[in-house]
Amino acid sequence: MRVFFRNPLALSGLIIIVAILILALFAPLIAPYDPNFIDIDSILTAPSTKHIMGTDGLGRDVFSRMLFGAQISLLVGFVAVGIATLIGIILGSIAGFYRGWVDSLIMRLVDIMLSIPTFFLILAVIAFLTPSIWNIMIVIGLTSWMGVTRLVRAEFFSLRQREFVLAAETMGASDFKIIFSHLLPNSLTPVIVSSVLGIASAVLVESGLSFLGLGVQAPTASWGNILTDGKEYIQFAWWLSLFPGLAILLTVLGYNLLGEGLRDILDPKNKNN
Amino acid sequence: MLKYLIKRILWMIPMLIGISLISFLIMQLAPGDITSNEAAFNPKASEESRQKLRELYNLDKPVIVQYGLWLKRISQLDFGNSFASHQRPVLWQTEDKNGNITKGLIQEALPITLLINLLGIFIIFSISIVLGTLASVRQNTWVDRSVTLFVFVGFAIPGFWLALLLMYWTGVVNQWLPISGLHSPGYLNLSEFDQTLDLLKHLILPVLISCLSGLAGISLYVRNGMLEVLNQDFITTARAKGINEKKVVFVHALKNAILPLITIVGLSIPGLIGGSVIAESIFAIPGMGKLFYDAVLMRDFPVIMGILTIGSFLTLIGNLLADLGYAWADPRVRKGLVK
Repeated sequence: MRVFFRNPLALSGLIIIVAILILALFAPLIAPYDPNFIDIDSILTAPSTKHIMGTDGLGRDVFSRMLFGAQISLLVGFVAVGIATLIGIILGSIAGFYRGWVDSLIMRLVDIMLSIPTFFLILAVIAFLTPSIWNIMIVIGLTSWMGVTRLVRAEFFSLRQREFVLAAETMGASDFKIIFSHLLPNSLTPVIVSSVLGIASAVLVESGLSFLGLGVQAPTASWGNILTDGKEYIQFAWWLSLFPGLAILLTVLGYNLLGEGLRDILDPKNKNN
Repeated sequence: MLKYLIKRILWMIPMLIGISLISFLIMQLAPGDITSNEAAFNPKASEESRQKLRELYNLDKPVIVQYGLWLKRISQLDFGNSFASHQRPVLWQTEDKNGNITKGLIQEALPITLLINLLGIFIIFSISIVLGTLASVRQNTWVDRSVTLFVFVGFAIPGFWLALLLMYWTGVVNQWLPISGLHSPGYLNLSEFDQTLDLLKHLILPVLISCLSGLAGISLYVRNGMLEVLNQDFITTARAKGINEKKVVFVHALKNAILPLITIVGLSIPGLIGGSVIAESIFAIPGMGKLFYDAVLMRDFPVIMGILTIGSFLTLIGNLLADLGYAWADPRVRKGLVK
């Protein structure tokens, strides 16, 4: 734990993420207005003491919408990466443990998935489903498990021949027991790092989709769809473009810093310093 | 080398079949009959034309037979026609009885996206090799720190947001650059030189946006690669022999550090093609990304399937070229010393 707080990357990343988490959790308490309250008397007003981030084209308070947008952004990041990590761990364990044709089959599936341009794949699936926050999370999860699969498989390959695993096997432990109590706990380090970095890209993908109108649908606020408004009113209302973009930038930066910091900390090569 | 090449090319066949299977499964996700989509955005679609579509996709047959027949059609490069009212062919031009040529949608869009991405890759390489090398040679100084900062911000900044800000700054406030499309009005009356100049002006912002994350990634990659190489024994030997430091860094070290970049380019192709959606739809560039985005909005199913398949095919080709390029550039592989 001490190592963690001495690593400037991890620490600054964590501070950013925790701050955003607090803002998102307490959004209903902090938000000065109902995020969907339409006030036709204050359409597109510039930031002031009354509306600290201004109002949008329908007179809604941008600051309140940003707070509720943070909830969406965090939710999508966690759930999408949760799905991807779960699939990755299951397939990676099976491939790494049983090897042979099962391994070949899974790894070919990974190769195939990696050669389809991801953003096209996501958009294609969304084209056939209806865009909603749940579909977005599932689709991002289903299209980003390949990295974790490879990591877990590689860890299993190197752990499989170690004495403690061979010992467990000799003593007659079941496959299930070996995978869950010996192999998996020892392969999670790289998975944690890649998951944290994965959240960052999920946040970017979600905001991109929402910006294109294929993600979180109005009236639910998300940073991406506030930016869609920003694009429309770019000549009159700079605040609609500036704040959501900064929020996405900060969030993604936070996860990336945390991920890279964790990588440094967890890398055994760096143990000594 | 030849054996390796043949093996790699043959390997693409099962990959392509797998990709087509996944593409086909996606289209099974559509609720109901796909012909109802056509009817939804093309009110003129009669029951008769929908019946024709059902026959074309063999919707009355079992799913596995549908897949087989679809695979047969796309293996002959027949991707059908768009559902949109212009009904243009998806892939390549066709000629009707009167000799009128209708250009294919992908045929027109692909060169534009390729142009943007090739320009992008060229810029990424020229800038990030310089940045990465500088950062590694000046490790832990302000140069290194600013490159690292640039890398983190470059990774985190949403491309479409930067695009909006740049549009506002260079197009709305200052009117330095055009912010949409590929050509100015009156383009056809310009001389050839002015036409190229006009095109380049339109491409500056989209290319810049599409390079951004690549610039960050490759700079970091070159920096870390250089740091690793500079610590190796042969560099110490070269220095000990009294070779000039510039030559050590730029000839001995850099050559080894940038070799793996060939593979990285191959791996980044799906990201570049996929990333074109956002940049192209913001700047209204009629490339693959915009075509795909419009097709998604209209559920123009033959175009979606066509681009998905062609995009994946290009990725496979890109990976193949990258592997061959690597094999050619690494003397150990070229001379058959290692597999």
